[in-house]
Amino acid sequence: MKSAVITFPGSNCDRDMHVALNKFGFKNQMVWHNDIELPKSDLVVLPGGFSYGDYLRCGSMASKSKIMQSVINFAKSGGLVMGICNGFQILVESGLVPGVLLRNKYLEFICKNVFVKIDNKNNPYFKNLDKEVFEFHIAHNEGNYFCTNDQLKEIEDNNQVAIYYCNDNGKTEEKFNPNGSLKNIAGIFNKEKNVLGMMPHPERMIDQSLSGEDGSLFFKNLINNIK
Amino acid sequence: MKVSAIITLKKDVLDPQGKVIHQTLDGMGFKDVNEVRQGKYFEIDVKENDPQKAQKIVEDMCNKLLANLVIENYKIIEIQ
Repeated sequence: MKSAVITFPGSNCDRDMHVALNKFGFKNQMVWHNDIELPKSDLVVLPGGFSYGDYLRCGSMASKSKIMQSVINFAKSGGLVMGICNGFQILVESGLVPGVLLRNKYLEFICKNVFVKIDNKNNPYFKNLDKEVFEFHIAHNEGNYFCTNDQLKEIEDNNQVAIYYCNDNGKTEEKFNPNGSLKNIAGIFNKEKNVLGMMPHPERMIDQSLSGEDGSLFFKNLINNIK
Repeated sequence: MKVSAIITLKKDVLDPQGKVIHQTLDGMGFKDVNEVRQGKYFEIDVKENDPQKAQKIVEDMCNKLLANLVIENYKIIEIQ
């Protein structure tokens, strides 16, 4: 299985993602933002970081970079595109998933482990996972998910919420919401469920000695789903 | 022509920075404030001498990059 991680100026989780993808069996290729063509891939990942210094709005400049037209075409033709953290911000700015990510409600950069609940497994990312609550890491200043009421209705009607912030038992209450996100939303799919944007970093949870293995479960399952 | 545009958050979008500025102003003794909303201001010098055309160009920029219309509105405030 082939994957591609796009490196934008200011990306800083691209190598972590490269290591994670290779560890679980992907043959990953790094792609520079200024390239025009994507290499042949089964999965394209927009990594975390601070592309273009978060100028204007997080992800706004990166969403207009040269490679993005190719990523958008790949997504529109059904290809799997996953955006993590700043990658999620790039996805919303490019219109591949609905909504926006605002500044965290309490104006603080949040860097900690959180629990997230997978709501819907009827998609290539979470299909066949045998648990619902995962511990992932978040590190962001703009992760406060927001969309219009009309968009929210459409998102909920189409089961497009990928993951919710919750506690270790999977309770999705406001007090387990780290950043003020609407309805505790931590990740969103596009309508077709081939594009996933999420704030948490599964690639930071692939080794017990680092912080945990829930990311390992996610990546192992993902590659099996794609095979 | 120099075109000036402001970008503001839509009414129902939370503006935590504006809120903190409001609280700070309050602490400084400015007690007559109802609300503070923070926005962005752009001055764009475009290679176009026709004011209407210049406005169109900057509006296009606002629609495509400078503003995110899910949460923001823009307004051209000056063309000179």
